Amino acid sequence: MTALLVMVLTPLLGGLVLALLRPLALAGWFNLAVSLITLGSAAWLAWEVAAAGVIASTYFRVDAFNVYLVVLTAFVGVTTSIFSRPYMRHVCASGKISAMSMRIYHSMYQAFMLTMLVALTTDNLGVLWVAIEGATLATVLLVSLYRTPEAVEAAWKYFILCGVGIALALFGTVLTYFAAQHVIADPSAGLTWSVLYERAYELNPTVMRIAFVFLLVGYGTKVGLVPMHQWLPDAHSEGPTPMSAVLSGLLLNVALYAVVRLKMLVDGSLAGTTTPHLAGALLMGFGLVSFMVAGLFLHRQRDIKRMFSYSSIEHMGLMTFAFGLGGPLATFGALLHMLVHSLTKSAIFVTVGHATHIAGTQAIERIRGLIRTQPAVGWALLFGVVAIAGFPPFGVFTSEFLLLTATMQTQPWFTLALVSGLAIAFAGLFRHLHPMVYGAAPEGQQPVSANMLPVVIHLGLVLWLGLSIPDFLVIWLNRATELIAGAPVL
Amino acid sequence: MTQLPLLQQFVLLLAALALFLSFVLLAQARLVAAIHAFAWQGVLVAAVTGVVALAGNAHHLYFSAGLTLVLKGLLIPWMLHRLVRRLELSRHTELLRHPALVIMAAVLLVIFSYWLVEPMVAQGLAFTRNIVAVSLAVVLIGLLMMVFRQQAVAQVLGFMSMENGLFLAAVSATAGMPLVVELGVAFDVLVAMVLFGVFFFQIRASIDSLNVDRLNRLTEVEIPPSPPFSRRGADTPTATGASK
Repeated sequence: MTALLVMVLTPLLGGLVLALLRPLALAGWFNLAVSLITLGSAAWLAWEVAAAGVIASTYFRVDAFNVYLVVLTAFVGVTTSIFSRPYMRHVCASGKISAMSMRIYHSMYQAFMLTMLVALTTDNLGVLWVAIEGATLATVLLVSLYRTPEAVEAAWKYFILCGVGIALALFGTVLTYFAAQHVIADPSAGLTWSVLYERAYELNPTVMRIAFVFLLVGYGTKVGLVPMHQWLPDAHSEGPTPMSAVLSGLLLNVALYAVVRLKMLVDGSLAGTTTPHLAGALLMGFGLVSFMVAGLFLHRQRDIKRMFSYSSIEHMGLMTFAFGLGGPLATFGALLHMLVHSLTKSAIFVTVGHATHIAGTQAIERIRGLIRTQPAVGWALLFGVVAIAGFPPFGVFTSEFLLLTATMQTQPWFTLALVSGLAIAFAGLFRHLHPMVYGAAPEGQQPVSANMLPVVIHLGLVLWLGLSIPDFLVIWLNRATELIAGAPVL
Repeated sequence: MTQLPLLQQFVLLLAALALFLSFVLLAQARLVAAIHAFAWQGVLVAAVTGVVALAGNAHHLYFSAGLTLVLKGLLIPWMLHRLVRRLELSRHTELLRHPALVIMAAVLLVIFSYWLVEPMVAQGLAFTRNIVAVSLAVVLIGLLMMVFRQQAVAQVLGFMSMENGLFLAAVSATAGMPLVVELGVAFDVLVAMVLFGVFFFQIRASIDSLNVDRLNRLTEVEIPPSPPFSRRGADTPTATGASK
């Protein structure tokens, strides 16, 4: 319990201090220190959960499913803050943003981490909603940080679309609460997930069915499911790059986590009706459409960060599909995919950040010859894209292979769609990647000072996960699978 | 048709008035008048909360009634009013394109809400069914308003009236959310309002207007490598003056 409190309070206090801290050089280091303490307490929490199974209090509940996302969130928080310290100083030194904006940036970075951790650990569906809406509020000022017309437009779109989406999710939450009132006597426990889950079979299926549609559309907006994905490429491409890394690596995961938790409730409620797999079917539909559409859109991108944000939509679609498919193997694959996608995608965004500094632009057609100019960045981009496209020996291959196997077992025809989608996405990524990495470098292109440590760590971990998944992680994910799918995979 | 108790009838009357104000908000051309309509809607939602508290003898609802009154009835309208004055939009009017169609769409949304709620609530609960349908209609009309109004302040009004609808649903169908959640939602709404204020200025600084339909630089349509002055603005050359 102490670990949980430390973990939640650290970013809260850190964010407040960073809002007041004036020396810029110090702020970057302080941001890193706060993230490190958060990671430390997250590891401590994971240790406690591994020993106890579940840690629960009135408002919080940590089990195998969310604790692994907590550790992942805190970990990406640390590596991104390692990257963001010199990167943002470079941005600030180049006069793009003011010292005041830097303070907003650091403070909101921690506020965002706070909302992510609260959303993951809370047991209350209302608090979950408040935290995910809080994540929008924390990041919306960061999207418009550069104050260009494009950035302001992206931020406004992000604000309005996610605001609407999340409002629909709140309506779904109210409906869930309405269904719970007929079942659970204590009104203050009516939104507690664990209480609802235990008595899910008693919840009125008609209400829960409608509630789930609202919840899926609402949180699905944040996951970036097509057709509610419009904000995602804009927000990713116009915001500062560290923000794109944490949005893609963390926010999308947390929103998907919310959808999965709610699916568990609805599945319980609908179990006795004629449509027991309605929630799963909806997830599969939205997931598959997102997966295919995003793969096609990859081909026509001109902005490097937009391109990789479409790749995020594609992967989120795949995970949504897998969670919808259900069953232990698909769930295990989806959990693993969440992990490797976060690690790989944030590594890619970090590399892209350096690449855009080298080229001085985000336009793909003007980023050329990275390997010549700065081999570290060029190779990192190449390996990152190879990993995200699902090549062995990287971890994304393992999880995608598991997902394809699971699909083949239960819904063989969908395998065809998945494989062709993967091929389309692969082609889309590589047609843009090849000239950026190998093409002739423009004259006078200079290397920049780049800290490749976060990229090396992330890609190293993804490689490790592809070669051999460590035992403790298998046990961990297996427990989470057992929670979600009802049966362990092993 | 079952006979409803007097207090329930009164709640339904108030909720119906709130729905009516949603229509007013949707079609009101003058910004300041729309803000007033929004304030009245907030007051009505607070009144509904108060009556529900009275009827159910639920003490924690008095608190949320007060919270709604202060936040939705006074604070947010006041902030919007101040922003509109500072942005010199007090006399701004914005004519809705195809007003008849939009109003018809709103009517359809009300019918849709009733249709959606129909199977959800058991036959006996006429009151709950009505109130959930009305609040869903308020939410959906808020959504419609955000789609069809092109002015940033009007879009924010749509957003806030969606929140009103949500609150109405929470209070009347379920006798209020747990206190923590209610405070959290109120906090989020307040922060959102402050940020909206910040964005009004950022948007005006970037496109010299608050007509957000002119925020159209980021699209998937392939724009040829653009000359310094792009196509943007060329379609609506005289709109800048009108929007101020």
